Amino acid sequence: MISTMPTVTPARANPQRNRGNVMPGFGLSLGVTVFSLSLIVLLPTAAAILKSSSLGWSRFWASVSTPRALASYRLSFGGALLAALINLVLGTLVAWVLVRYRFPGRRLLDALVDLPFALPTAVAGIALTVIYGPHGWLGAPLAALGIRAAYTRVGVVIALTFIGLPFVVRTVQPVLAGLGENDAEWEEAAASLGAGRWQTFRRVLLPVLTPAALTGFAMAFARGVGEYGSVIFIAGNMPLRTEIAPLLIVIKLQEFDDAQATAIAVTMLAASFALLLAIQCLQRRSERWGQR
Amino acid sequence: MSTAGITVRAIPGAADPAWARWLLTGAVVLFLAVFLLLPLAVVFGTALASGLHAYLGSLRDPETQAAIRLTLLAAGIAVPLNAAFGLAGAWLIGKFEFPGKRLVTGLIELPLSISPVVAGLMIVLLFGAQGWWGPWLAAHNLSVVFAVPGIVLATIFVTFPYVARELAPALAAAGNDEEEAALTLGASGWQVLFRVTLPKVKWALLYGVILCNARAMGEFGAVSVVSGHIRGLTDTMPLQIEALYDDYQFTAAFAVASLLVLLALASLIIKVWLESREGSQ
Repeated sequence: MISTMPTVTPARANPQRNRGNVMPGFGLSLGVTVFSLSLIVLLPTAAAILKSSSLGWSRFWASVSTPRALASYRLSFGGALLAALINLVLGTLVAWVLVRYRFPGRRLLDALVDLPFALPTAVAGIALTVIYGPHGWLGAPLAALGIRAAYTRVGVVIALTFIGLPFVVRTVQPVLAGLGENDAEWEEAAASLGAGRWQTFRRVLLPVLTPAALTGFAMAFARGVGEYGSVIFIAGNMPLRTEIAPLLIVIKLQEFDDAQATAIAVTMLAASFALLLAIQCLQRRSERWGQR
Repeated sequence: MSTAGITVRAIPGAADPAWARWLLTGAVVLFLAVFLLLPLAVVFGTALASGLHAYLGSLRDPETQAAIRLTLLAAGIAVPLNAAFGLAGAWLIGKFEFPGKRLVTGLIELPLSISPVVAGLMIVLLFGAQGWWGPWLAAHNLSVVFAVPGIVLATIFVTFPYVARELAPALAAAGNDEEEAALTLGASGWQVLFRVTLPKVKWALLYGVILCNARAMGEFGAVSVVSGHIRGLTDTMPLQIEALYDDYQFTAAFAVASLLVLLALASLIIKVWLESREGSQ
C-alpha cells in the first residue's frame, strides 16, 4: 500500500515487444483498462481542466492568487514539507531500528507502522484533536510548556506527520534489509579499510539509502499537500491562518463559487502531476540501486 | 513496552555499539507507542467513557445505522468493480510490454496523488447542477451529486489504484511457465486466468481487495464534497463521525469511529497474516 508501483517487467520480458509472448488477453485487458481509466480518471480530470480554462487567464489568475488562497497554499505546501522532513528523519530512524535490532514487540510495532494508512482520516483527525487539544493527554502538558498544538499550525503539522509516517519507513525498510542480507561485507570492508563508524555510515550506507528515503519523502509530501480529513479537525480552520487549500476548495464549493474552487483545484492538480513525475523518477533511481 | 533483551542480528560488521542500540530502540518504541497507539486508546477510551450501554445505544441510533448501511453499500459496489478493473490493469501491466506502458501505470496511480477534495470536485463538475451533464440529469429526474450515486462514484475514483498496484508486481513475478503449459494443452484464456494464474496470485489479489475496502469504507474528503450531508440519507460512517463530533456528541462520534478502528485493525492483521503466508510459501 506504500510505494508507487515499481516498474513492472513481465517474466521473460522481450525488448522486441511481445514477440514470443503467447499470453492471451492483451486486447481485452487493454480495452478494459483504457475504458475504465478514461471513464474514472481521465474524464473527471479533463472536466476540471476544461472548466478552469473556460475562466480565461486573467480570471483564473485572480481566483488562484487571492490573499486567502495564497495563505492556504503556504500552509498546505509548507506544512506538508515540514511534516515530510520530520518523517524523513523519524521514518529512517524507525526503519533502521526495525530492520537492524531485535527486541520484544518488534513485529507488532512493524505492523503498526501501517496504521495511518489503514485508519480512516476522519478517525485520525478527531483522535489527534482530542489528544493534542488543550485538555488532551499530550495537549495539556504541551500547553503547560506554552505550546498550543490543536487549532494552530502546529496541529496541522502533527496531523500531516501522522498521515505521512509510513511512506519513508516502508521505502527505506527493504533497502536496509537488502543491505543486511547481501551487503554486510560492504560495511565490513569499509571498516577493515579503517573507515570509522560515522564514515562508513556517510560514505557507504547513506548513498544507498538516500534515493529510497527521498522517494518516501516525496510521497509523504504529495499526500500531505492534498490531505483533508485528518487536518480539518485539528487545524482550527481560520482563514489566512490555519485554513488548508483543500478546505478552501470545499468552502468555495459550498458558496457555489465553482469557478474559484476549480481554479484552486487545478492549481493543486498541477502540483500533483509534478509530484507524481518526481516520485516516478526517484523510484527509478532507487530501483537501480536495488539492482546493484 | 520493554526494550529488554535487545540482540543484534548476526551480521558481522553490523554490530552497532550497545548504547546506540538501546538509545535508538528506546526512542523509536516510545515514539511509535505515543504517536500511533495513543490515538487508538483515545478512540476506545472516549467511546466507552459513558459506559457500554451508552456506547451500544449510540450505535443503534437510526442515523448511524443508515450511515453504516450506506458505507457498506458504497464499498460493496466500488470494491468488486475496482477488483475487476484492477485485475485487467494488472494483467496488462504484469504480462505485456507495449508502448505507453509507463503512461498507463502512471495514470492508474494518479488517484493516489490527487487530493480527495479535488476528486470530489471533479465529480461535481461532471454531474452537479452546473456541471457537464447536470442539465441532462435534471431533465431526466436523476440526481448524482448530493445523492448515493455520487458517493459511489467518489469512492470508485479514490480506490481505483489499489488492486492493480498490488497485483501487477505479483503477476509479473509469478512468471508464465504454467500458463504457457496450460495453453499448449489447449486451455482457453479464461481457464488459464481462473485455474492457473489466480490461484498463484490469490494472496496479492486478496491484499489489494483488503486495502481497497479499507480505503473505500474510510474515505472522507471526496465523499464529503459530493454527499450534501443529508443525515440519515447521504452521510457515510466517516461523515456521520464528523456530524456527531461537530454536534459535541463525542461518545457517539467516537463509538462510530471505534467501528472503523476495528476495521483498520482487522485489515492490518489480515495483511500480516497474508505476508507470513507469502513468506512461508
